[in-house]
Amino acid sequence: MKTHLEISNVGIEFPTPKGPFVALQDVNLKIDKGEFISLIGHSGCGKSTVLNIVAGLYQATEGGVILENKEVNEPGPERAVVFQNHSLLPWLTAYQNVELAVKQTCKHMSKKEKQDWILHNLELVHMTHAKDKLPGEVSGGMKQRVGIARALSMEPQVLLMDEPFGALDALTRAHLQDSLMEIHASLGNTVIMITHDVDEAVLLSDRIVMMTNGPSATIGEILPVKLERPRNRIQLADNAEYNHYRHEVLSFLYEKQRKVEPVSPKTSAQKDESTSDAA
Amino acid sequence: MIKSASLQKVTSLKIPSPMANRQWMEGLRNAILPLLGLALFLVLWNIAAKNIITSLGQFPGPTQVYEQTINLWQEHNSEQEKAAKFYERQEQRNAARLEADPTYEPRIRPYTGAPTFFDQIWTSLYTVSVGFIIASLFAVPIGIVCGLSKSAYAAINPLIQLFKPVSPLAWLPLVTMVVSAVYVTDDPFFSKSFLTSAFTVALCCLWPTLINTAVGVSSIPNDLVNVSKVLRLNAFAHVVKIVLPASIPMIFTGLRLSLGIGWMVLIAAEMLAQNPGLGKFVWDEFQNGSSDSLARIMVAVLVIGAIGFVLDRLMLLLQRKVSWDKSANLR
Repeated sequence: MKTHLEISNVGIEFPTPKGPFVALQDVNLKIDKGEFISLIGHSGCGKSTVLNIVAGLYQATEGGVILENKEVNEPGPERAVVFQNHSLLPWLTAYQNVELAVKQTCKHMSKKEKQDWILHNLELVHMTHAKDKLPGEVSGGMKQRVGIARALSMEPQVLLMDEPFGALDALTRAHLQDSLMEIHASLGNTVIMITHDVDEAVLLSDRIVMMTNGPSATIGEILPVKLERPRNRIQLADNAEYNHYRHEVLSFLYEKQRKVEPVSPKTSAQKDESTSDAA
Repeated sequence: MIKSASLQKVTSLKIPSPMANRQWMEGLRNAILPLLGLALFLVLWNIAAKNIITSLGQFPGPTQVYEQTINLWQEHNSEQEKAAKFYERQEQRNAARLEADPTYEPRIRPYTGAPTFFDQIWTSLYTVSVGFIIASLFAVPIGIVCGLSKSAYAAINPLIQLFKPVSPLAWLPLVTMVVSAVYVTDDPFFSKSFLTSAFTVALCCLWPTLINTAVGVSSIPNDLVNVSKVLRLNAFAHVVKIVLPASIPMIFTGLRLSLGIGWMVLIAAEMLAQNPGLGKFVWDEFQNGSSDSLARIMVAVLVIGAIGFVLDRLMLLLQRKVSWDKSANLR
C-alpha cells in the first residue's frame, strides 16, 4: 500500500532562557490509509508535540510531515483534531458546534445537504437527542462525542486525537472506544491517537507506536497489533494474543523506558513536560 | 413497633418544618436586614444633621429632603403646565392669524422656561449615554486588537497606564477649548456644553472597557484558538465567531465599570461645562444659596446614587441577555 502520511525525520526545539531545548529528534513514521495508530509513552515524552506537528499547530524545526505527497505547514480541516478537553465553543449548542465546522469545510453543499450532514455526524456518535444542548448542559462523555462528530464532519484525511478519552470515567471511556471502533470500521479514517491507556491502545490500534522518554524523545518501538476486527473487549480479555500485546507495551513502558520520577522540581523531565504541554 | 411508629412521625412531620422554617428565616433576614440598615442610617443622619449648622442654615435631615423632593416634583408639574399652556396659546394665535391671512406660515416657538430637576435628569442620562457609547465604540475594538496582538498591547499599554488615572477635571478645559475651536456651526444641533461633557465622560470611561476587553481576549483558552486554526477561519470570522463570544463576559465587566465611572465623571463635567444636567443643578443650587439649597442638593445626591445603581443593574440585565455564561458575576 502506498504511504498516506509520512512523518519524516521530524525534530523540534523549543527556545528556553537556557538555550534551545530539543523535545523531539528523528521521528520517522509511515502510515497507510485507514490505519489506526496509537502513540503511547510516559507523560512529557512529546506525544502531544508529534500530534501538534502533524496537525500543523507546531512547526517542526527539522524534517517535516507529508500528507498525500504534500508537505504540511499549517493547520487545516483535512487533519481534524479531537482535543483532550473537547474544546467545544461553550456558547454554541452541539448542533451549532458541528455546524461551524461544516459551514467552513463543506462550502459546496446546499443548505439542506449541510443540515443532513450535521445530523448524520451527530447520529454517528449517538448525540442526536441532545443536539440542541449547550456543552455546559451535557456530561463529559457527551461533550467528547460532539467533539468527535465535529472532527468527523470535516471529512478529514487524518483524524488526530489527543488523549480523547483521558478525562472520562472508565465506563464512559469503554463506551466511546466501542463507538470509535464502529466509526472507524464504517468510515475507514486514518487515525492517530495519543493515549496513556495500554488496554485502549491494544484494543483500538493497528500499530502501537511507543515513544522513549524526553528530552530528545523519539520512537522506541512499533508494535503491530494483528488481532482480528471487529474486536470485542470481553472476548479479548482472555485472549492470549491480546495479553501478549499488552505485555509488550507494559514491558516497554515500565522496564525499558522506566520513568525516573523527578524529586527536585527543576529536572529536564519536568521541563519537557511543561514545554510540550504548553500547547 | 412503637419506636418505628414514632420515628415515622418524626421523619414525616418534623423534618420538613425546620427546613421551611429556615427558608422563612432566610427570607425574613433578606427583607429585614436592608431595611434595618436603612433605618439606622436615617436615624444617624437625622442626629448628625441637627448638629451641623452651616451658613445656609441647618444641614438637611431626611424630613427636609423629603419635603424638597415633593417641591421639586411640584415645580416640575407646574412648569409642564406652563409649557402646555404656552403651546396652546401659540396654536390658538396661529389659527387666528391663519384665518385672517391664509398665506401666513404658522411657526411654533419652543418653550424657553428653565429646565426642571426632572428635565435635568434626562439631560444627564442622555449625555452619559452618548459619552459612554462613544467610549465603547473605541474601547472594544482597540481592546480586541490589544488582546490579539502582544505587540499592539506593548505599544498601547504605556498610553493606557498614562491616561487612565487622569481626573476628568484636568481634561475638561482642554476638551472645552477643542470643542469651541472645532465645532463651529451657525445652527448647532448639539450645544457645546453637551459635547464637552460627553467627550470628557468618554475620555474617562474608555479605560476599564479597553483593559478588560484586552484581558478577556488574551485569556481565551488556547484550545479554542486551535479550533479556529484547524478550521482555517479567517481573521474576521475568528474575531466574530470565537473571540467576541468568548470574551463577552469580560467585555461586560469592563462596560459596567466604565458606565459607573462615566456617571461619576459626568456630574463633575456638567458642573464645570454648565451642561444643563444634574451637575449643573447641584452647582446652581450651591450658587443660589437659599435655605433650601442644601436639601435640594441632597435630593440630587440621592437621585444620582439611585440612577447609578439602576444603570448598573440595567447593564447586568443586558449582560445576562447577551452572554452565554449565565453564571457570570451576579453582583
